Amino acid sequence: MLTLVGLSHSSTPVAVRERAFVPLPQAGELARALAADGEAVCLSTCNRTELYLVGREAEPRALAALAEVSGLPEDELRGVVYRLGDEAAALHLFRVAAGLDSMVPGEGEILGQVRDAYEAGAPGPILDRLFRQALHAGKKVRAETAIGENPASVSSAAAALAQQVFGELDGCRVLLAGAGHVAELAARSLAARGAKVVFVANRSEERGRALAGRFGGTAIAFEEAPERLAEVDVLVSATGATGRTLGRDEVEAALRRRKGRPLFLIDLAVPRDLDPAIHELDGCFLYDIDDLESVVAAGLAGRRREAARAEAIVAAEAERFRQWLASREVVPEIASLRAWAEEVRTAELERARARLGLSASQQAEVESVTARIVDKLLHLPTVRLKEAAAGASGGSYAEAVRHLFGLDDSGR
Amino acid sequence: MVELLFWPALVAYGEAALAYAGDARRPGAAGRLATWGVRIGWLLQTALLVVQAARAEGFPWATWAGSLNLFVWLVVTVYLVWGCRTRYRLLGLSVMPLAAALLVLARLGGGTGDGSGSRYSTVFLVLHVGLVSFAFAAFTLAAGLSALYLWQEGRLKHRRPAGLLGRAPSLLTLEELTGRTIAAALPALTVGIVAGLVRLHREGGALDALMAVTLGAWAIYAGYLLLRYEAGWRGRRAAYLALAGFALVIVARVGLQLTHFS
Repeated sequence: MLTLVGLSHSSTPVAVRERAFVPLPQAGELARALAADGEAVCLSTCNRTELYLVGREAEPRALAALAEVSGLPEDELRGVVYRLGDEAAALHLFRVAAGLDSMVPGEGEILGQVRDAYEAGAPGPILDRLFRQALHAGKKVRAETAIGENPASVSSAAAALAQQVFGELDGCRVLLAGAGHVAELAARSLAARGAKVVFVANRSEERGRALAGRFGGTAIAFEEAPERLAEVDVLVSATGATGRTLGRDEVEAALRRRKGRPLFLIDLAVPRDLDPAIHELDGCFLYDIDDLESVVAAGLAGRRREAARAEAIVAAEAERFRQWLASREVVPEIASLRAWAEEVRTAELERARARLGLSASQQAEVESVTARIVDKLLHLPTVRLKEAAAGASGGSYAEAVRHLFGLDDSGR
Repeated sequence: MVELLFWPALVAYGEAALAYAGDARRPGAAGRLATWGVRIGWLLQTALLVVQAARAEGFPWATWAGSLNLFVWLVVTVYLVWGCRTRYRLLGLSVMPLAAALLVLARLGGGTGDGSGSRYSTVFLVLHVGLVSFAFAAFTLAAGLSALYLWQEGRLKHRRPAGLLGRAPSLLTLEELTGRTIAAALPALTVGIVAGLVRLHREGGALDALMAVTLGAWAIYAGYLLLRYEAGWRGRRAAYLALAGFALVIVARVGLQLTHFS
């Protein structure tokens, strides 16, 4: 029996989630401890902590483990955790891996976290299959839908737009005008994609130097920014100025020195720092906060549209897992049937061997022929039994096989 | 035999063109179907050209329709270099319908049947027709890249990038590829034109309209490279210049072929 006990952003406030968070190395240790008589994997991120278990009394053991790591009483946890079994647990994990259960639909980080949890955990045959199939489902959703392609935050939208102009941002040079939190967030997003913050222009030199230091750039005087435009590819402007800090003429002059290389400008300030007429210049792309927010809104809407297609993919994968899981229920019957057939074959062979007086090569040939006959005779019943197990009639088929071949009889 | 190869090739190119349209609306399976359509169509057309070459005495694509057939094959060959990559699938939207339409035109002109002999030597035809066709094919791809550039740039200028974010190549990549493609094709066109002019000089003929248009296209592409790499002409202006050159290529390739090959 596959069991999932967990809590996530959809069921639990952050105050509980942060207490239940288990760092990856400890998640591995916890999984190994829980897998003492079965299998276990612990998936823990900032948005969820989930225990996947196969074994006896899985649910109480998982609940006790969650209570221990969070320091919360079991009674309190019981009200906020979800408990799912077999197919429902599988479907849940597939949705998680596909990013369908994330705060932002389609976010890509979760797939890596599922892989890490699987590799650190203690999976056996069932969890091994479950997690491999979940990773496959996650990749398939990302390959066959556009769920992860649209940006979901202003800073990621800015970085994605810059990529539309420059391609990979490795080697792209960024000038930050302003040293506040907003500018820093945008800079982080650009830097995460390979861009280099080379200049920070700020009216307060001290703050400018501190931010430049964090990105390995150089602090420059605020008035120097227009001159430096020719040396950078992206300008992020987020100052607290009440008027325009950069006009069309200054950018036009910089463009002439850039020999046609495009310039991407992000204006995150309110009121706006940059003259909107800059956007009219050939090779110049200016996006202000409203533009970026509309990109994000469209992106989120796109993700939700794609989520419907992703759900279909995930449901198909969950059905495949259900069939596989069901086919495991007839494994004892199949194993008994094959063992019985082998027993009959070897006993009859033994009797015939003494009677016929065969040479070594003839004996080997007879051995091989009889093994092939048994295999061929049992192949179709084995396949049919597994197929039937996936449907509602699996139990009665297994019962029929036990009865017809006397597999329950003592001494066999 | 050639019939057996022509129709499936045309169907495959047509399927690719339709599937690219489907991929633009909803990315995924349609894009993969389109890529396979291009690959299968290209293999079939390659086989068609091989059969034509085996049956003909000398260069089999000396007629205007025959050279159009070769031109389509070269366009698809050059496209295949990038077309199989997911990010360049949108390029197929402009290239494959054109390839399918021109293949039909080549068929109507008798260019996909058994080739006939030519009064010109094979070496001359390979140099002249082969190189000019190769250059024109590369210019067609450069035009597709420029069109994709203008489309992408227009979306960014109109602040409508959502929906297809991340699916098309970046502006810099498109610009770079256009420049490189033209830089690779122009020497081929130059040699092809020189071969034609040498032949013309020996035979004492006069310049016809096709030759004049081809020389005009050469001048535009030479100007493109000069302005792009020496004067820093980039962006929209460079893309329009590449498309202007392609307009002359189309006139030369489709409009004036009859006079030249008669």
